[in-house]
Amino acid sequence: MTALAICGGRLIDPAAGVDAAKDVLLKDGRVAEIAGTGKLKHTDGAEVLDATGLIVAPGLIDIHVHLREPGQAYKETIATGTAAAAAGGFTSVAAMPNTTPVNDSPEITRWMQAPERGAEVRVFPIAAATRGSKGEALTDFAALKSAGAVAVTDDGRPILKDGMMREALAAAARVGLTVIQHAEDTRMTQGASMNLGPVSFKLGLRGMPAEAERSIVERDIRLVTELREAHPHLHVAHISTAGALAAVRQARRNGLRVTCEVTPHHFLLSEEHVGLYNTHAKMNPPLRSAADREALIEGILDGVVDAIATDHAPHAQHEKEIEFELAPNGIIGLETALGLCLRWLHREWRMPLGRVLNLLSAQPAALLGLKGRGMLAVGSFADVLVFDPKAEWTYRATEGKSKAKNTPFDGWPMLGRVRWTVSEGKIAYASA
Amino acid sequence: MNQAASASRRPLTTPPAPAPLFPYNSGSLLSVLDLTVDGVSHLLRRAADLENEDPIVRDHILAKRRIALLFYESSTRTRTSFELASKALGADTTLVSSLSSSIEKGESLKDTGLTLRALGAEAIILRHNASGGAWLLEEATRLPVINAGDGMHEHPTQALLDLRTILQHLRPGVSGVGPETLAGVTVMIVGDILHSRVARSNMLLLPRLGARVLLCGPKELLPEQAARSGPGIEIERDFEAALAQSQAVMMLRIQAERLAGMQLDLDEYKASYQLTGQRLAEHAPTAVVLHPGPIIRGMEITAGVADGVQSAILEQVTNGVAIRMAVMERALTAESGTPAGRSSSAGLQNGGRA
Repeated sequence: MTALAICGGRLIDPAAGVDAAKDVLLKDGRVAEIAGTGKLKHTDGAEVLDATGLIVAPGLIDIHVHLREPGQAYKETIATGTAAAAAGGFTSVAAMPNTTPVNDSPEITRWMQAPERGAEVRVFPIAAATRGSKGEALTDFAALKSAGAVAVTDDGRPILKDGMMREALAAAARVGLTVIQHAEDTRMTQGASMNLGPVSFKLGLRGMPAEAERSIVERDIRLVTELREAHPHLHVAHISTAGALAAVRQARRNGLRVTCEVTPHHFLLSEEHVGLYNTHAKMNPPLRSAADREALIEGILDGVVDAIATDHAPHAQHEKEIEFELAPNGIIGLETALGLCLRWLHREWRMPLGRVLNLLSAQPAALLGLKGRGMLAVGSFADVLVFDPKAEWTYRATEGKSKAKNTPFDGWPMLGRVRWTVSEGKIAYASA
Repeated sequence: MNQAASASRRPLTTPPAPAPLFPYNSGSLLSVLDLTVDGVSHLLRRAADLENEDPIVRDHILAKRRIALLFYESSTRTRTSFELASKALGADTTLVSSLSSSIEKGESLKDTGLTLRALGAEAIILRHNASGGAWLLEEATRLPVINAGDGMHEHPTQALLDLRTILQHLRPGVSGVGPETLAGVTVMIVGDILHSRVARSNMLLLPRLGARVLLCGPKELLPEQAARSGPGIEIERDFEAALAQSQAVMMLRIQAERLAGMQLDLDEYKASYQLTGQRLAEHAPTAVVLHPGPIIRGMEITAGVADGVQSAILEQVTNGVAIRMAVMERALTAESGTPAGRSSSAGLQNGGRA
């Protein structure tokens, strides 16, 4: 296997608290050596990547993506989705189970990780928590974990029954898995296609109340509290409301293992961005009020938010060119996450670079227990992102690697351009 | 942590929502907000002129122009009056309804619109069951699109004909309008506001002419956020108190087809909100009574009131033809057309939604 020497860059490794000029040697898929600039000892035969003026960081980790395989390859494939990931600086993605069929078995879990899928970066399947994500009977968590699943969830089809959610949390705790909940009381969101509020009223669209999210988060936290002896880990996916975030904050104060992620679109956009029925602003959870968005930004800045995740949700063009209330939920996000986080979290809201990268690598890795990922220490996986932190560019969806183009960020200014993405020692993406 | 907390306290700038590019075609009428007050005034004058015009002369205004009526929902008044209005100006009309077309086979709104355009339609009048349908169609076809009701959202020609009716009663002799024309006038809209496109168009139009709009109904059908739709809109839940303040009373039908599982006690509703002869006589003896139809006699309004001297319900219907003549003339003449620089074949992805 070839070796790569990344030389002349500034290494930022939030996990180790490193921010210094360092060269990094990658060999056999692992980090082999880290030394001061020009001081690597074992570079014989290594291909050298000149990182002068660039930042070298752990490859980014997105714990919430939809790769659409098996079954919906017309939207995206594991190959195209991971190519988009690599272009966005991600070296690991955790793939949601709402495929066709639902990933509720070790067979599908293994199928998704098979070399034949042509993944450009590491895919970690997240398996269904209940069979067929129907919320009626738990899947075999132990078997799924051995097959490579890193968490369980019924994403998109929240577990509403208290008893079923309690069982899921208890069973997951026994095998050391995280339960990820898409928190939405679907009994309150029938027929709804955006956030409930003045904008939904004005547009004549049925709205999803913020309580539909908060009430499920509160219910889940109550269950975690009841089960606290078993140390269950609840992770709230794409949290979008101030109320739900406050509940997570309180749970953390109470010492519970409750974590959450926020998407770039929820901290950047609000219900106003639906405009006149822009289906590229339709997702679930929906874009919320400006006050909710402010609360999410506060939560990111003050640390209650554990991870930035994209909820990358590709759809075919024709699926979004229909009536707003009929259009499917979701937008793509892998190729815009870094550029938006740097542009807004770092430049606009002054979050230090290391903390931004932490939210996109070390913390998501820790959250899902991805060992040797999200860090750049000798021996850890050779998952590296090299980017130019000063490069400004404009995102064009048509130039992206994803099969899908459904994004509200087309034409948006971005900060920070990926130069190389290295996945387990191999260059998965190199900008021209 | 402290550093982060202090950083978060400074005002957070966030990216603004982009300004919508609609309407793409200046002949379109998607929302009442597409019209300036002068534009409304012009339409009202043209409605009067066209109504009084010699039918033989009128017949040449849109002679042989092709107008498609695309109806995804049933309609009596709106469809017929658009058709009569278009024909009165000499246009050829064709009706496509969802039940007797390829829409039944799964053809999308976009493809249906493009097909009509390829068939030579120069304007499309759309009644659609989904909110925003008219915007989708306009973006796809770039034709003049007239919104004849989109889901629970808007019904701009209804608001214009309601305005004409209100003016005839409260401002007789006034031909044009300005921002103060309806100053001092309270128009109440009663009932199922939540599901009503008529209410939304009226509450956005009437305050721009100086009227105060008073919404009245139970919480389930009239959420508090309705008052935040624009300036000049207030809520008064007590029907009789609202009646006492109003010079025009607009009753709405309960839209059973849109209640979507909502539990509503109809007897209680009638007790609180039915417009009876007694209530009208006691609280609003001179107010003009409007209803966009269809009326459900004995539900929101009694037969006595519907047929009574204060009722302008059938005048509204008649005014619909005049207003729609003016709207169709606007759609296909004057400065209408695809604005320069916008390709008529541009797809959604490159359009205003990006």
